[in-house]
Amino acid sequence: MIRVTLPPHLRKLAQVDGEVHLDVHGPVTQGSVLDALETRYPMLRGTIRDHVTHRRRAFVRFFACGEDLSHESPDSPLPDAVATGTQAFMVVGAIAGG
Amino acid sequence: MSGVRVLVGTRKGAFILTSDAKRERWDISGPHFAGWEIYHLKGSPADPNRLYASQTSGWFGQIIQRSDDGGKSWHQPGTPPGEPTTTPEGMPKGESNKFVYDTSAETGKPLTTHQWYDGTPHPWEFKRVWHLEPSLTDPDTVYAGVEDAALFRSTDGGKSWQEFSGLRGHGSGPHWQPGAGGMCLHTILLDPKNSHRIFIAISSAGAFRTDDAGKTWQPINRGLHSLYIPNPTAEVGHCVHRIAMHRSRPNVLFMQKHWDVMRSDDAGDSWQEISGNLPTDFGFVVDVHAHEPNTVYVVPIKSDAEHFPVDGKLRVYRSRTGGNEWEALTKGLPQSDCYVNVLRDAMAVDSLDKCGIYFGTTGGQVYGSADAGDSWAPIVRDLPAVVSVEVQTLP
Repeated sequence: MIRVTLPPHLRKLAQVDGEVHLDVHGPVTQGSVLDALETRYPMLRGTIRDHVTHRRRAFVRFFACGEDLSHESPDSPLPDAVATGTQAFMVVGAIAGG
Repeated sequence: MSGVRVLVGTRKGAFILTSDAKRERWDISGPHFAGWEIYHLKGSPADPNRLYASQTSGWFGQIIQRSDDGGKSWHQPGTPPGEPTTTPEGMPKGESNKFVYDTSAETGKPLTTHQWYDGTPHPWEFKRVWHLEPSLTDPDTVYAGVEDAALFRSTDGGKSWQEFSGLRGHGSGPHWQPGAGGMCLHTILLDPKNSHRIFIAISSAGAFRTDDAGKTWQPINRGLHSLYIPNPTAEVGHCVHRIAMHRSRPNVLFMQKHWDVMRSDDAGDSWQEISGNLPTDFGFVVDVHAHEPNTVYVVPIKSDAEHFPVDGKLRVYRSRTGGNEWEALTKGLPQSDCYVNVLRDAMAVDSLDKCGIYFGTTGGQVYGSADAGDSWAPIVRDLPAVVSVEVQTLP
């Protein structure tokens, strides 16, 4: 079970409270976690990464286990603590005014 | 009993203001989509319960919302929560926030760039929907004007969108460049007498018209004179802020340009200045009385650098002569220390008798007049900055 935290705007859009819990089959990577997230919550498509290129939106960041994973390859394995559900994969809106 | 529904988009959510035909007491609902920028909401002329909204965020991109019950409830038309994302055949369902420029070999070539602020070539990048214009006859058909400038259409109630690439692919596309607010397609006027004719306007490329239902487009900027561009009478490059028409005579257009208020009597083929005695002819909004095609409204703003009313007095100006002769409408509006702006999509008229006029300000006020502008009162005073105002006249 993968735990994902979303910023408030996206929690409201997805109509969820607190963390999202996902089942990911196969390697646990940014890409596979986001695939699972968008399949479960299709209204989030296009809000975290581009519809077509799947590139991360400029003002969205990814963190886990105290590390900034924003610039990691979407195919790189996420830390074991994320894969085992010990730690959450965090989708964060960049702090740039509001 | 008839009434009105005023749809207000703000920097931090949408609000819906409703009243009976007297337009004295108002119910306020909202914020809808709290925290998101709502660039525009508009109702279908063919079904007043069908509303579309552009919900957007610099962080999380574009969302299209739809209501089928007059704004009581909303959903994203392409991605209802809890439903599978694919059809039983495995095909993806509609994606209502997916705006992809046409790159197909059939209609999307050659790809071009537009100009960046410094004049260098820049690829088209979708940023947001500025304006939604529902079809005059079909609730499921709606047009979207977007930044970077392009025109899209949905024919399935907002579930999916396709670009009219003939506009962006017009030969002048590489010369378009953004205005201060971005390179946005902000005005869409559907000709009620000719379903093949659409007018659009782009900041800062100018106005364009199609006569073949969107396949091909021509610039309609002859007569515009813009001192802030290298060639003041260029075919494209003018910063048109808004265009309005009266449905009874769609060949007559009124334009608020960056500077200058203009009029065309030949569907945009030529324009004449009608600024006349306005205290300044900079501004954003322009609209036309619902029953008097020659009665026009603008809100003069001091200058392109000083986006607030002249002398701190919020005044709507009305011309009953189709331009040139303007009268200030001040009753009920602040006449001292007022330094708000009225943005380009933030004025609308209802079709009751007498005609109601509404506008919203960057200070969060929405003012209404139930007597064609003779007197005004705030409907609400303290909303987030108002980006757009539309009104529906309800049966």
